[in-house]
Amino acid sequence: MNPTDSPKEYGEYVKKKAPNSPILKDCFNAFWVGGLICCIGQLIFFFCQYKGLDETASSTVVSISLIGIAIFLSAINVFNRIGKFAGAGSLIPITGFANSIVSPAMEYKSEGYVMGVGAKMFTVAGPVLVYGISASVIVGILACLFM
Amino acid sequence: MKKLGKQTLQLDNKPSILNTAAIVGPKELNGPLAKYFDKCVEDEFWGEASWEKAESKFIKETVSTVLGKANVSSSDIDYVFAGDLLNQCISSSFGMRDTNIPFFGLFGACSTFVEGLCLGSVFIDSGACKNVLCATSSHFCSAEKQFRFPLELGNQRTPTSQWTVTGSGAVVLGKSDTGPYITHITPGKIVDLGIKDANNMGAAMAPAALSTLCAHLEDTGRSPDYYDAIITGDLGYLGKDILIDIAKTKGYDIASIYNDCGVLIFDKKKQDTHSGGSGCACIATVFSGYLYKMMKENNIKKLLLIATGALTNATTSQQGESIPGIAHAVAIEM
Amino acid sequence: MEYFQSIDWMTMLNCFIIGGIICVVGQILIDKTKLTPARILVVYVTLGAILGGLGIYKYLIDFAGCGATVPLTGFGANLAKGAMEAVKEQGLLGAFTGGVKACAGGIAAAVFFGYIASLVAKPKIKKQ
Repeated sequence: MNPTDSPKEYGEYVKKKAPNSPILKDCFNAFWVGGLICCIGQLIFFFCQYKGLDETASSTVVSISLIGIAIFLSAINVFNRIGKFAGAGSLIPITGFANSIVSPAMEYKSEGYVMGVGAKMFTVAGPVLVYGISASVIVGILACLFM
Repeated sequence: MKKLGKQTLQLDNKPSILNTAAIVGPKELNGPLAKYFDKCVEDEFWGEASWEKAESKFIKETVSTVLGKANVSSSDIDYVFAGDLLNQCISSSFGMRDTNIPFFGLFGACSTFVEGLCLGSVFIDSGACKNVLCATSSHFCSAEKQFRFPLELGNQRTPTSQWTVTGSGAVVLGKSDTGPYITHITPGKIVDLGIKDANNMGAAMAPAALSTLCAHLEDTGRSPDYYDAIITGDLGYLGKDILIDIAKTKGYDIASIYNDCGVLIFDKKKQDTHSGGSGCACIATVFSGYLYKMMKENNIKKLLLIATGALTNATTSQQGESIPGIAHAVAIEM
Repeated sequence: MEYFQSIDWMTMLNCFIIGGIICVVGQILIDKTKLTPARILVVYVTLGAILGGLGIYKYLIDFAGCGATVPLTGFGANLAKGAMEAVKEQGLLGAFTGGVKACAGGIAAAVFFGYIASLVAKPKIKKQ
């Protein structure tokens, strides 16, 4: 049986032949970097509480701070190195969302500030907002109906 | 000129490759072939405001370098065949717009360089043209921007992904008593074996390379041993292994004479390029910089150059289409 | 010094472990399914909103603090929580205003800082 006989066989052959992602190493890095980012958030959270802010305000400060740090690191061309090392460890925390906003904004500056920066900013973050906000509206409507 | 078999043209008037030039970017500068290139540019913007402008500058400067090296003025070039990866081939057309040379813009994805050699050598072989210019370019940043993700996005590249070569390669074809000569061309068919992963171009293109390789060998009646070297465009490490494997199933053992430009241009371990290089400039710079010199120094006397291309774009891959591959071959002999 | 005494180290440990595990699940999705980053973020935010709507996610927040709120599931849960709380006060109108209001700080910060960064910063190739 030749691998080039049919797409099905070729697909299976390529799957076997292709190198796999080093999943153990990736998961280990994602675990400790992801955990560390959350802990930085937690330290900021405790600091806000210590300063007398309530829980909601503290959470918001945590988000804004981590977003600010992630965007700063993106702007000085460092975040993608962290992302390459940590994978989901820096993508899944709110830092990944911030990076997904700033990276196309920087990239498309050459196409102008309105249709370049302004529009492309949401190429990755847009879907997140669409699905997140839509889900929250549905949750709200359901809450309205059944509570 | 004579048609051999189904796909191959034999060129009797022997179009000669008068000279070549290659200019590459910062990553290639740190690669193993750096010393063979005419120029390595450290700044990926090359002083321009955008990567697209920089890529046009790459092709423009490479063309003026090759004209200087071949000692041919641009008014003596009959036609130029050029192409690149950016939408509507803008790098080549913008790079060439001030040259006043009749222009053919080509698109064959990463196979464009050899597509240009095929067409250009037929124009020379016809006897109607004196000099023809072939050039291609690609740029890592502009290609990522168009096909994949923003540069600063913190994502991981998959192990099968390839690194688009930044740079441009150009050759002048003409009549000369000295080689190397283009003796045969074998334009390829589109081959699609259903690979959908846009980060695994090597696997998508390898069947096309096999199809063109087999067609060339059957049409010319040659065996792989006839050639000192068989070099593919940008299959990368995985694609190279696949081609060696699937060529065996057709009865051709090419392992000892075969290599791939995507494998040659980067140091996989040191440069973290995963499956190797790709892009229109991959085969263009490796041939123009390295292989041409190897031929001139008689280290390679008979070369089969097969450029591979993935005929896809961001829209088709979002629509779930598979990736059709293509490969064009030219036989170059001293 | 007083601040350091106010830190609850047990929560910190839970935060590290839960935050890490949520990221590892994402990493497995990346490596095994070849989902793009955008799709993974969408899956996380939607899942967070559903778990938040069902009232499950708040137990995870009580246990792990920022280990649950900082990952994007927390963003989704916060959207859902905001919508539900606003519904309690304003009825149906709250379903539309509550979610975004709860996350307004994060969204505005990301857009504004992102815009400022794009004014001053330039993307750069990794040369090695």
